[in-house]
Amino acid sequence: MSDERISNLAEDVDPPLLYPDYRSTTLRAPQRPPIIVPDRFRDLENPVYGHDIREADNDLTRQHSGDPQGERIIVTGRVVEEDGRPVPNTLVEIWQANAGGRYRHEGDQHPAPLDPNFSGAGRTLTDADGKYEFLTVKPGAYPWKNHPNAWRPAHIHFSLFGRAFSSRLVTQMYFPGDPLFEFDPIFQSVRDPEARRRLVARFELGLTQPEWALGYRFDIVLRRTPFE
Amino acid sequence: MIPGRTPSQTVGPFYAIALCRETQSEVVPGGSLRIAGHVLDGAGEPVADAVVELWQADKGGTRWGRCGTDATGRFEFKTEKPASMADEAPSVDVIVLARGLLKHLVTRIYFPDEPSANAADPVLSSLEPRDRETLVATEADGGLSFDIRLQGEKQTVFFAL
Repeated sequence: MSDERISNLAEDVDPPLLYPDYRSTTLRAPQRPPIIVPDRFRDLENPVYGHDIREADNDLTRQHSGDPQGERIIVTGRVVEEDGRPVPNTLVEIWQANAGGRYRHEGDQHPAPLDPNFSGAGRTLTDADGKYEFLTVKPGAYPWKNHPNAWRPAHIHFSLFGRAFSSRLVTQMYFPGDPLFEFDPIFQSVRDPEARRRLVARFELGLTQPEWALGYRFDIVLRRTPFE
Repeated sequence: MIPGRTPSQTVGPFYAIALCRETQSEVVPGGSLRIAGHVLDGAGEPVADAVVELWQADKGGTRWGRCGTDATGRFEFKTEKPASMADEAPSVDVIVLARGLLKHLVTRIYFPDEPSANAADPVLSSLEPRDRETLVATEADGGLSFDIRLQGEKQTVFFAL
């Protein structure tokens, strides 16, 4: 373990910015520590979004004329703050590879087929209790060029706003028991094993719909905001 | 039991399929002020897979926009200069996400036509002069230019929340 990495270990749940095992951090992680401003950085409230969310936006299996390939899954959970308070009416955006591990993005050169029936993007608003739900297919693992024979564990990207500027979170949800965890520097960049576990969804038979889709629970805990 | 916070992870290189489905770079609809710039890495190379968000206070609440960078690392927004808040100079808060950033960065844009308000601003005036310079946009082509340098001698100042 390099010295830089140790010095970057914060008492924070977030990964350090410089994590040399994830190669792209070396030219992108700021080298000087962030400035702590007097009286704390101001905290703007959650913005009003400029786009409409349609009912079907949270069903990634119904965005084309046919069904996508792959294992159909329900991903649901609650968005709460650190004190357990739900975050209602907040935007949750997701994106992911298809079942074969390929993103519908021109930069993705992995030789796995695109699925004409899968775009891999969804969005929804949480309800009054902070709950969200998506129907999608389980994404495949895929190779990347970080190091020889590097593979990302299956994951779904999440973007959340919460109540304020300070609660903004972009993260990735993983699937339980993935054999690639120990080899993935992005997952391992979260140094606290307990915090790392919070990136892994839980399979629940109770969420699973018979003859239809496996159910996974992924609760998301955002930074507490100072409002009311 | 109260659970701990969910950790951050990188936005990765493929965010555009979800985060850039619509053009969202008008922070203030019909805004006449263009703020554009480049995100640059420690080698001075463009960061072609960053997302920049602008957040600013407005009478009706918070205005927000986002823009993915192009192959040259460039982003461009349309907005209006926000009003001053209390004893602060007018400014726009910025979030930077990118492949290679395991958590997002926070910085702030100040305006070059506000020298006295900038001099009195509690955040800006607390910084070393060379750091202060990285946060004040420059006038360019009838709009404003604001480059975000992730590393190096002229690294942009980033803030802890």
